[in-house]
Amino acid sequence: MSLKIKQDHARFRDIVRGRIKNNLKKYVQKGELIGKKGKDFITIPVPTIDIPHFRYGEKQQGGVGQGEGDPGDPLSPSQPGGGGAGAGQGEGHHLLEVDVSLDELADILGEELQLPRIQPKGKDRIVTSRIRYTGVAPSGPESLRHFKRTYKQALRRQIASGAYNYRRPVIVPVREDRRYRTWKQVPLPETNAVVIYMMDVSGSMGDEQKEIVRIESFWIDTWLRKHYKGLETRYIIHDAVAREVDRETFFHTRESGGTMISSAYKLCKDIIEAEYAPSAWNIYPLHFSDGDNWSADDTRVCVDLLHSAILPAVNLFCYGQVESPYGSGQFIKDLKETVGAADNVALSEIADKEAIYGSIKQFLGKGK
Amino acid sequence: MRDKSTNLPAHLHDIRQQVERYAREYGLDFYDTIFEVLGFDEINMVAAYGGFPNRYPHWRFGMDYERLSKGYEYGLSKIYEMVINNDPSYAYLLESNMDVDQKLVMAHVFGHVDFFKNNFMFRHTNRKMMDQMANHATRVRRYHDEFGVEKVEDFIDRCLSLENLIDYQSPYVRRHADPKLEKEQQSKVAKGFKTGREYMREYINPPEFLRAQQERIEQELQRQKKVPERPERDVLQFLLDWAPLESWERDVLSIIREEAYYFAPQGQTKIMNEGWATYWHSTIMTQKALTASELIDYADHHSGTLATHPGQLNPYKLGVELWRDIEDRWNKGRFGKEYEECDSFEERRRWDRKLGAGRQKIFEVRKHYNDVTFIDEFLTIEFCLDQKLFTFGYNEKHQRWEILERDFKKVKAKLLHMLTNFGQPIIAVEDGNYENRGELLLIHKHDGVDLKLDYARDTLRNLQTLWRRPVNLVSRLDGRGVIFRYDGRDHSDRKIEL
Repeated sequence: MSLKIKQDHARFRDIVRGRIKNNLKKYVQKGELIGKKGKDFITIPVPTIDIPHFRYGEKQQGGVGQGEGDPGDPLSPSQPGGGGAGAGQGEGHHLLEVDVSLDELADILGEELQLPRIQPKGKDRIVTSRIRYTGVAPSGPESLRHFKRTYKQALRRQIASGAYNYRRPVIVPVREDRRYRTWKQVPLPETNAVVIYMMDVSGSMGDEQKEIVRIESFWIDTWLRKHYKGLETRYIIHDAVAREVDRETFFHTRESGGTMISSAYKLCKDIIEAEYAPSAWNIYPLHFSDGDNWSADDTRVCVDLLHSAILPAVNLFCYGQVESPYGSGQFIKDLKETVGAADNVALSEIADKEAIYGSIKQFLGKGK
Repeated sequence: MRDKSTNLPAHLHDIRQQVERYAREYGLDFYDTIFEVLGFDEINMVAAYGGFPNRYPHWRFGMDYERLSKGYEYGLSKIYEMVINNDPSYAYLLESNMDVDQKLVMAHVFGHVDFFKNNFMFRHTNRKMMDQMANHATRVRRYHDEFGVEKVEDFIDRCLSLENLIDYQSPYVRRHADPKLEKEQQSKVAKGFKTGREYMREYINPPEFLRAQQERIEQELQRQKKVPERPERDVLQFLLDWAPLESWERDVLSIIREEAYYFAPQGQTKIMNEGWATYWHSTIMTQKALTASELIDYADHHSGTLATHPGQLNPYKLGVELWRDIEDRWNKGRFGKEYEECDSFEERRRWDRKLGAGRQKIFEVRKHYNDVTFIDEFLTIEFCLDQKLFTFGYNEKHQRWEILERDFKKVKAKLLHMLTNFGQPIIAVEDGNYENRGELLLIHKHDGVDLKLDYARDTLRNLQTLWRRPVNLVSRLDGRGVIFRYDGRDHSDRKIEL
């Protein structure tokens, strides 16, 4: 039933969407919003939606509560008291929290950044089949009885034989009337994707750089999830050697060691060859580093690997160079010279959190 | 007693008759109440609309609806008690509730309507607000058609920003005659005392006397040149009178103002009202209406209503405990000079004069008090200890909210402060022609707590769009006097001596 409030509600969601779009740049930088992920919904604090009033500053306010405890004890884990001054008109956090689905978020991202939709490759080459119960047959197992058809058939028979009395309709199916469901194999093109995150954890990558990587990876993830039903992620960290890790370790490893980027690319190539056949998978390797490779030789090995094994197999290879006080930033220049022209390569320099926004556009702007 | 709940299913109808009978037997005095049964979605809609089926179109209702649909409210949130101050009163029942819940809600509702009808703060509220709300909606919709949704919505946003700038102390909603017209009719010349006898004139009105009169009149005129004469708490009315608004803007602002005044008493009596209704649903249920089979469910739901979270104050709980305390004290005679002067803790604990005047007292109290006077008079040190009340505040060092005090005086002071003026800062118009430049000057009567700065700035901005000239606000920041200004383009502030 259509309620009158749905209009107001739709208006509200529109405004929220508009606000998020306008402030997208700001949100993109914010690390906190990623933490509050629900199953499909993200809670976004939208600051400007609440109507401002003259009111008391929060910190000084406090309030009156009820319960156990001594002076000096913290209030229990329930909500901070600031919003809980229940007796007066205390409500109205200045940050309104709105739930936005990941899908909606990806939409907003796409609209705002004007991202082209991804053309997944190999759709027709990937074939999985599904079982669909679309057929009807006159015989089959009792568990697949089709009641409607059975009775319809009985009705037809009765009318045809004149036994149907419309004044007192009684339909009794006979053995021949019985109908059953049957199935068909239906080929379903499925799009699958895998993202391989690679990060340089050598001495030159600090916490802030890692934070940038985390934020950027979240947004790319969101965008990709919108396009691919099943998205897998793999994490590789490297300094002078590379190894595969889980998500936690990826974001929390302490930095140390020198830098041999080729180790990561080699591992990446191995993973692809072992588990992700390019004919069935859309592959997205993302590499983040500060651009300070061990030697020019090693860089050459990297380029070779890219040319020979990685680039032909993947949808899009992205390299993001975060700025670090220690790094020389040479790597991105080398890449630009050698593979920069390729269609499925995206390079980007990310100076700080503000630049994440632009960098996402560079990565995803290719439509691959 | 007319029966108006025509859409109630038969068994609910019977329950309603029964509960209403009990309520009246106990002496509750309420308007005819119409109950409606609604589904979950519908009841959220009505709740978002503040209990009315029809409000002017605005996204804030959509926002409230979303919030409610997620179930963030506590109290009777799962059971949904929703009743409006109107004659006849309308109340809503959630379709999926068990019968025991419906009984509880009905009893609770009758308590509320009795309170609306009898408490002095509601005396001047519009009891036909139901119709009035529909009227407001129609007017706003008409403006939507004429001027466009966004323009009107934008203006309403700004008005809503100022909706707490009314005079909460005013017992009725003032509607002036046109102030300019009033002025013109005032005499500018001293007339002196009347007399029919020509020869007496000089004795009754000697020249010095007339001169003094004239001076006084001129001083008065001088004073009146200042607009407003006295600091005006009803800022919205001031804007309606003096701001250069289009006529549709004036109409919309007056709608917002009317609604703000209508809802104001509800905010100022929340603890009393919720406590009163809880007291009665509890009394009616436990003493009359509950059947044995309903007992457990009732206990479960009722206790859910009264749950206290450590960081929050539950008005239902505080209210009902305070009512019970009053009843108990007046039953036992624990009041008056003798009791107050008694020093012995033990004696006070044992005090029982067996007066039995409790029930009568609470009926009286519900008429004459609001939350502030209620707490002020009836929150005693014993009650505070029994209920384990404390104040809490934010500890900057530890970056968390902490319990501060259990000291009775401090707790009471804090509670009163939260309640005074509806928990809002006291702001009044001081001058409508500040610095003789047609600027607006507001004064914040600082009571120890600073204003929230970013909000204040944004609100000033909204104020300016209505006033169309620069607006100023005097307040205090970190102990120093400061005047904030917004001129249409920039914010500024400077220190002043207060």
